[in-house]
Amino acid sequence: MNTVVWIVLPYLCLAVFVGGHVWRWRHDQFGWTTHTSQLLESRILRLGSPLFHLGAFGVIGGHAMGLLVPASVTAALRIPEHLYHLTAVWGGTLTGAMLVAGLVLLIARRFADRRVRHTTTPMDKVLYAALAAMIALGMTATVAVNLLGHGYDYRETIAVWFRSVFWFSPRSDLMIGAPLVYQLHAVGGFLFLALWPFTRLVHVWSAPLAYLWRPYVVYRARRGLVPATPPAPAAVRETTLRTVGERSHG
Amino acid sequence: MRIRAQVAMVMNLDKCIGCHTCSVTCKQTWTNREGTEYVWFNNVETKPGIGYPKHYEDQDRWHGGWRLDGKGRLTLRSGGRVKRLARIFANPDLPSIDDYYEPVTFDKDILVSAPGGLSDTPVKRPYSALTGEPTAVEWGANWEDGLGGAHERADRDPNITRMPAEAAAKVRFEFEKTFMFHLPRICEHCLNPACVSACPSGAMYKREEDGIVLVDQNKCRGWRMCVSACPYKKVYVNHATGKAEKCTLCFPRIEAGQPTICSETCVGRLRYLGIVFYDEDAVLAAASVPDERDLLDAQRGVFLDPHDPAVQQAARDAGMPGEWIEAAKLSPVWRLISEYRIALPLHPEYRTLPMVWYVPPLSPVLDAAGAAGRDDTDADDVFHTIRDLRIPVEYLAELFTAGDADAAAGVLMKLAAMRSYMRARTLDGTVAQGLLDGIGMTAEQVESMYRLLAIAKYDERYVIPAAYSKDAAALEAQAATTGGCSLDCEGGPGMGGQAVGGSGPAAVERFHLVGGDDDVHAGRRGLVSRRPDGRIGLSVDPSRGRS
Ligand code: SF4
Ligand code: SF4
Repeated sequence: MNTVVWIVLPYLCLAVFVGGHVWRWRHDQFGWTTHTSQLLESRILRLGSPLFHLGAFGVIGGHAMGLLVPASVTAALRIPEHLYHLTAVWGGTLTGAMLVAGLVLLIARRFADRRVRHTTTPMDKVLYAALAAMIALGMTATVAVNLLGHGYDYRETIAVWFRSVFWFSPRSDLMIGAPLVYQLHAVGGFLFLALWPFTRLVHVWSAPLAYLWRPYVVYRARRGLVPATPPAPAAVRETTLRTVGERSHG
Repeated sequence: MRIRAQVAMVMNLDKCIGCHTCSVTCKQTWTNREGTEYVWFNNVETKPGIGYPKHYEDQDRWHGGWRLDGKGRLTLRSGGRVKRLARIFANPDLPSIDDYYEPVTFDKDILVSAPGGLSDTPVKRPYSALTGEPTAVEWGANWEDGLGGAHERADRDPNITRMPAEAAAKVRFEFEKTFMFHLPRICEHCLNPACVSACPSGAMYKREEDGIVLVDQNKCRGWRMCVSACPYKKVYVNHATGKAEKCTLCFPRIEAGQPTICSETCVGRLRYLGIVFYDEDAVLAAASVPDERDLLDAQRGVFLDPHDPAVQQAARDAGMPGEWIEAAKLSPVWRLISEYRIALPLHPEYRTLPMVWYVPPLSPVLDAAGAAGRDDTDADDVFHTIRDLRIPVEYLAELFTAGDADAAAGVLMKLAAMRSYMRARTLDGTVAQGLLDGIGMTAEQVESMYRLLAIAKYDERYVIPAAYSKDAAALEAQAATTGGCSLDCEGGPGMGGQAVGGSGPAAVERFHLVGGDDDVHAGRRGLVSRRPDGRIGLSVDPSRGRS
């Protein structure tokens, strides 16, 4: 059971994540879009979307800090454990709150605005549900366990396990003792990665940073074949009339 | 000097009868799909009026086009690059669907399926194409047709609010009597396109060979910055695909040497299509001249004279085929813009250097001359009317010359003089030299201008050479191996079948998308299909509910 959840599942999800993106990139450039609905509703979006996106940046940054930077590194940099904890909990709570508020607004918008509701695809619904579940678990872990509860030092267990997955020597033993919310959040995280390439989330990889240094006007040469010269309109008319005439007589 | 060719259009507004044939045929060709119901690549507005989408010309509100910053540098009106990227999560300048209109469909079925014996005739009702619910039709792309509703809102036409106050006061007073004309609009295929410059993903581009501005549908990521950056609001969001779409200048037709659909079907025969040579290196300086009223001349200065041997040599050096140079010499667009100087750009003050120009309408002036008891065939009287009657001139100046009434009046004078000159020439056989001197043109010029405006046939109005490619030979070889048209794929709209009259595929109009290797999405395919590159792949897309 432990092997399945903490070793097989992560690799399966990562494989789907990578393979899914390759497949989508090669087959579905046309569907690779943010799928904006601002045209249909902009009042709630104007608040909800920036909240959600900025919150997401904070939360992703926090995850990178907590999961990828080993405790030994922060120790070597002489960052006091207490300070680290404070930043993580408060930073996490704040950006998490922005994320929650943004998501609530965006989901409410999907329901409240009839035009937006109508354009919502089944995949959008799955995505919103997954996001909501992930964020609920993550917030529970941060707020209930770390801010209000006794706290849990995920840096010694979950973070180590997470990194070990990428070194291809997964330490499933470290996850057995983790609190349930953390376990669910970790499993959910990998499942979420597997879902990613099939949703509109792919637009994240197209973040247009190159715009900052590109020349304004883009020129492109026409590719493709040189068209054959078409017959003059008069000739077309004549042949059409002739064929029509033949058909109606024949 | 870096010479480029641009396929450009001129419309003679005097001849537009506002029949909307152009809009309808364009829609049938390009935008009769789900997601593009409200998209009009070509629309015809009645002026004065607030336009489509509502008040699109009010750049204080939409921040479209370019402006000069404090240091005199050209920047997008909606801000620099960082500011624009920072607003990517919610674009504050994006029009909502209500600024266009809620598209509707009708339950026409009721007309045939209603039971017999009803005491009332069944009536079809409008349903929203967005929600499927019954809705009321409250606005449309040509809602203001023939000044419909003008008494309520035409004074909020941005061109009127910008006019000098006393002239604007006259408009309101006079226009019920005299003043209305139609303004057909397509994308301007600008030399300095704001849409392209605002596209964060670099999906929009201007074609090197013919200057047509296009959206690469496979690269567009739906950031919708182009929509707000275009001051003419000629890029639209397809709400079904989440991608931007715009007027393509019917490039598959242009490539085959044919006029655009709107030109082909124009009832008034008022559209002209042709090539203009321009100097790409001069574009930025022309768009950056400090005084808005100098923009017209600055843009004229960017164009290169195709009769100049040095220009012809430059064109040859740039790899343009002889056919293109010949076409540029015959171009009706060049003649109207630079030789006779009677065509004007729409809103030069947006600084995008638009490439659809207009011969301004003389008819409102003639009507006013008649109404004032003057002789509308006497050039002197018409001149006076043009001078006195500040109504259309100030208004036309807001539209076409960044408010420079003298420049607009000068064009009207030429048209009026041509009219009187030809009248004297035809009726009495006299040559009115005074009229010619007044406008500084020769008899020969005025007569050929008259011919071009009044009786030019198809071949004179549309001078379009077929597309060329810089290494045509290599591409031809490629065509031999891959078997031709990129639209000839399974389910594609390519016309790979028999030609009209059965004379073999050589005579088929072969149209080509940019990028012969791009996947063409058309129609429904099976679960597994072969792509144009020969590989087999899944064709279902789990990420899109509706396709
Ligand atoms: S008119 Fe056309 S080319 Fe010019 S900015 Fe608008 S969409 Fe772009
Ligand atoms: S088809 Fe021609 S005459 Fe009719 S509205 Fe369009 S531009 Fe005007």
